[in-house]
Amino acid sequence: MVSLLQVIVIVFVLFAITRVFFRYQDKMINTFELVFWSLIWIAVAVVLFVPTITEPIARLFNVGRGIDIAVYFSIVLLFYLVFRLYVKLDTMNNELTKVVRKEAVKKRK
Amino acid sequence: MPKIFIVIPAYNEAESISQVIRGLRKEGYTNVVVVDDCSSDNTAETARKAGAAVLEHVINRGQGAALQTGTDYALEKGADIIVHFDADGQHDPKEIKDMMDPIKKGKVDVTLGSRFLRKGSNVPLLKRVVLKIGVIFTFFYSGILLTDTHNGFRALSSKAAGRIQINQDRMEHASEIIDQIKKKGIRYKEVPVTIRYTKYSRQKGQSALNSIKIAARLIWTKFLR
Repeated sequence: MVSLLQVIVIVFVLFAITRVFFRYQDKMINTFELVFWSLIWIAVAVVLFVPTITEPIARLFNVGRGIDIAVYFSIVLLFYLVFRLYVKLDTMNNELTKVVRKEAVKKRK
Repeated sequence: MPKIFIVIPAYNEAESISQVIRGLRKEGYTNVVVVDDCSSDNTAETARKAGAAVLEHVINRGQGAALQTGTDYALEKGADIIVHFDADGQHDPKEIKDMMDPIKKGKVDVTLGSRFLRKGSNVPLLKRVVLKIGVIFTFFYSGILLTDTHNGFRALSSKAAGRIQINQDRMEHASEIIDQIKKKGIRYKEVPVTIRYTKYSRQKGQSALNSIKIAARLIWTKFLR
């Protein structure tokens, strides 16, 4: 029996994977990123349909339920990605300032 | 005679900027550099008319960024001493002499203006409290104990100006400059200055609440960099 939740999530996963693939085609992401993101989304789909698959991992980490380990993992991953995004944004801001500065000084000459 | 450049970061200061520039020129400072940080009023034009060299940021990058732009330009033009000066009329151009004196004598490379060193300073109470918290914060952040850490009035030798690189684009640069002075072992000294508190300058200054935001950002970036 396929639940409504599973339908919604699988549609979203398929959508996300096509996005990843298009980004790869546009050369916005490299092969590593393509594989990384595809695996993440495929993992989401697998866990969704075979929740028991997480149980051995959960046992390994001494966590009660398989789904908990998936949630923990997601949170850690999200934090890491936010951190990376922050650093990138900071770098970009600095670079933007450099461009603005160069332009300001150049125009004055 | 050393070549002196006065650098004024300005954001929407059309009301006060020409008077500030005229005040500086009257004291004999002809190299006045105004960095217009993409004001929405006619700060740039007003400053140009008053006789300043105007550099324009095409998008707003913050006071720290503007200061660095002006400093870069002054260094390129062969400045020997660079003075950071406020656009809102808070600082007294007559005091630039006192600020530059220790640098000219070769005693230090940076002087920092302090409104608390002069007896009978007229700093409003809330401002006084916020500034003192800033002093304590800077002490913990950079390990330098000053009397007034958030004063925009500074003088730098070209050597020091070349070594200090402001990366904090927004208001955090005041603490950052002090941090770099400490880290790079630059010789510095605080010099008493007077701050004119007018209705205009108080309105343009930093609010107490904003200071908390600035501190939070500094702590955050200390983590990351």
